[in-house]
Amino acid sequence: MTWVGRAIRRLEDPALVTGRGRFTADLAAVHWLRFVRSPVAAGKIAKIEAPPGALIVTAADLKGVKPIRPMLHKFNYKPIGQPILADGVVRFTGEAIAVVVAASEEEAEDIADQVDITIDESKPVIDAREALQAGAPQIHAEAPGNVVVEGVTETPGFDKVWASAAKTVTVEARSRRQNATPMEARAGHAAYDNATGRVTLTCTTQMPHLTRTAIADVLGLPESELRVIAPDVGGGFGQKMSLVAEYVVLVWLARKLKSSVAWTEDRRENLIAGFHSRDQAITLQAAFDKHAKLLALKTEVISNIGAYSCFPTTCGVEPLMAMAEMPGPYDFRAYSCRARGVVTNTCTMAPYRGVSRPVLTFALERAMDKGAAAFGLDAIDIRRRNLIDKFPYTSVTGLVFDEASYKQTLEMAVKAADVPAFRARQKQARAKGRYLGIGFATFSERTGYGSSAFSARGAEIVPGWETVVLSIDPSGFVEARIGSSPHGQGLRTALAQIIADEIGVAPQFIKVIHGDTDNTPYGWGTFASRSLVIAGGASLIAAKKVRAKLITIASHILEAAADDIVLEDGAAKVAGTDRTVTIAKMAREAYTQTHKFKGEIEPGLTESGTYDPSGTFSNACHIALVEVDVETGRVVIERYVAAEDAGRIINPMIADGQVHGGIAQGIGNALLEEIIYDETGNILTSTLADYLPPTAHEIPPIELHHMETPSTMSNTKAKGLGEGGAIGPPAAVINAINDALSPFGVEIDEMPATPQRIRAALRAKEKAA
Amino acid sequence: MSAKIEIMLTINGRDHAIAVEPRRTLVDAIREDCGQTGTHIGCEHGICGACTVLVDDEPVRSCLMFAVQAAGKQIRTIDGLADGDTLHPMQQAFMDHHGLQCGFCTPGFLMLAVGVLEREPYISDEDLLDVLSSNLCRCTGYQNIIKAVRAAAKEMRGK
Repeated sequence: MTWVGRAIRRLEDPALVTGRGRFTADLAAVHWLRFVRSPVAAGKIAKIEAPPGALIVTAADLKGVKPIRPMLHKFNYKPIGQPILADGVVRFTGEAIAVVVAASEEEAEDIADQVDITIDESKPVIDAREALQAGAPQIHAEAPGNVVVEGVTETPGFDKVWASAAKTVTVEARSRRQNATPMEARAGHAAYDNATGRVTLTCTTQMPHLTRTAIADVLGLPESELRVIAPDVGGGFGQKMSLVAEYVVLVWLARKLKSSVAWTEDRRENLIAGFHSRDQAITLQAAFDKHAKLLALKTEVISNIGAYSCFPTTCGVEPLMAMAEMPGPYDFRAYSCRARGVVTNTCTMAPYRGVSRPVLTFALERAMDKGAAAFGLDAIDIRRRNLIDKFPYTSVTGLVFDEASYKQTLEMAVKAADVPAFRARQKQARAKGRYLGIGFATFSERTGYGSSAFSARGAEIVPGWETVVLSIDPSGFVEARIGSSPHGQGLRTALAQIIADEIGVAPQFIKVIHGDTDNTPYGWGTFASRSLVIAGGASLIAAKKVRAKLITIASHILEAAADDIVLEDGAAKVAGTDRTVTIAKMAREAYTQTHKFKGEIEPGLTESGTYDPSGTFSNACHIALVEVDVETGRVVIERYVAAEDAGRIINPMIADGQVHGGIAQGIGNALLEEIIYDETGNILTSTLADYLPPTAHEIPPIELHHMETPSTMSNTKAKGLGEGGAIGPPAAVINAINDALSPFGVEIDEMPATPQRIRAALRAKEKAA
Repeated sequence: MSAKIEIMLTINGRDHAIAVEPRRTLVDAIREDCGQTGTHIGCEHGICGACTVLVDDEPVRSCLMFAVQAAGKQIRTIDGLADGDTLHPMQQAFMDHHGLQCGFCTPGFLMLAVGVLEREPYISDEDLLDVLSSNLCRCTGYQNIIKAVRAAAKEMRGK
């Protein structure tokens, strides 16, 4: 029996359920920081006045500290810079202008309230389309016209294909702005070591190694002078993968004061300045032949990237992903796209679970439903006709889809949802003035992609690979040091399961060490549904090497042929005999009796594995069944069915948990969550009473169904599934709302579909009638 | 800043003599003055419930209570929920049913659920959903939290 595939309890949990988790904000410090943030969206800083005796730091003090300036070498990218503290100009409400240093958080807050900042305000631009207008305020000198990145692509002969269409449909999809809202907001703690002159930065990050590289670059330090620790991280979902300017200030101050300094972000700061995402407008046109077979897509993507470009991905991450992945899981050969990232006077955009895919899937799945309506077809039928089913499949944008189950998961979900019974119920309900709807989303999730995929984007920093160093110490204790860095998803447990099967040691005896640049190999961290695939693949490679060594050692000790040796239950055994030797004894000898192995193995039991795959595609079909109250615009999700395929499942319990969590965030995205700016650039949603992550009330029981199509592109046969849950819900839920509202002839193409938007659409229709 | 007041906080049966400003919230006092960092701060607006503790057995958002208001009362937190090495059935159920991922909101959910089930061991599923919707979790989609709390309720009733 293997450990892989079993729903074992998580190794992370005993500490977390007893209050013994270690989060950044648990650390004590000598000095506490409070950032003074811009109360306005745009203007020139005229004066900064601190109360007498206060210690404050402004841009003027940070001489020699470089701005954060990520780079893409393609797509007409303009390398705009973000000063660590606003330098003469403010570009969004919430931008840090100064920092107060005091002996406690309370004192720092009191002093921050007394810092007097005069700003000569100028007219901000909040909406990306307005920022593209001639005469709009120019936010960065480096980016005339406010366009920072622009991808354009068109397949040869596109116009001819388009002209041959039997029918075309158009979607004006709009996604409002979201905040990933991890329950632990950002926090950092930097401590100077007087003995070595090094600084240890503990911070709640998904990328400790790159945080070190980036801060060393900005401050002009050798990396060896900085150690970065990511302790327990209270969720991240992407928000904690970009470089945080405040952490640069922490390190700078720890060196300056030769002491410890800490900052714990409050919720308001997180909501106004902790990175936003998904503020996109997509115009998508789809052309079909007379059999409702998709011929071509034509699309324009405008991504509001906020005031600066996030490091390391750059602000290209949303528009360029939209361009590459807009074709979704459908088979067609003609494509035209223009995707732009536009700066505005709003909080900087950064990746958030799914990045562009929840939005592009929403646009594409709305187009499929509109296409179905145009042909008088069922929403299921049009998908059946267009989903890819031959693999490997090279998409119109050149992505290679490995073996998957697009059609099978559609059928699986359709069967589980019992569509005919629903349609009957829908009909009866309508007769009584109640409006039920069903909505579908079929989609792919590109996961576990390595350096080849990232280099195609022209990124200056090309992530992709991961390294795992696996050791068994002389007492037989197993340690895996990983460059990746989990943020709460149970990675330690899953990797231990992969290693356990190779070396015959139970997962609870395998310690996975992560999140410390001094104690782990360089690696990239958690993002893009990659850690299980890539760090898992590296774990497998390292474990196979250690396994080979153990077998060589065992064959000497047991005087048996290598082929006859099995590793299980913490021992090597000669198959079919009672001859056995424990891993602990073998480990001891690997260090202390190396002469016995006649040079066949290197001393010790430490092996390294590095993995850099090209990527693998997970897939799913989500179906939402909703009721819309047409009087109030309230939407209740009655059922949510998801059939998903993420290849070989390492731990089914953890996998389900990932999908549950993703779907809940996607439902928030579909119905509730929206960062709202007023016309002056002030945020109206700066508490969790205004910005609304779903509670247990809004999330229905989620019905999961699985397929396991082994990946041919991943050595563990696993595909990633961190983001998939979040991709489908906006499309499924809002398609369901549109189905419910079909008797009224209104269409909602905006997410979130709030009661206000639904009522406004119904009112507009009533007025027109 | 105003003058500090000397108070006694009784946390998990242990007395902590501390001096705090009147404005100091209970959660800051628990974490910083008493060093019990198992209780987390999620929003400081009384919305997310990450800081939920029991004060005289009632679930309380400790970011909305001043430390001075809790003086002389029995405060129970996540740090004292287990009985030595024996986990509380609620802690065990959260592990068994995967009711947590990052674990940041977990202390608040555990204390909320324990407080409510001690008061209402036979709470209906519907009322339980109402109670659990007072706290926010961003990782689990609540599916397994609900499962875990129901399982623990059964276990707690059996004792």
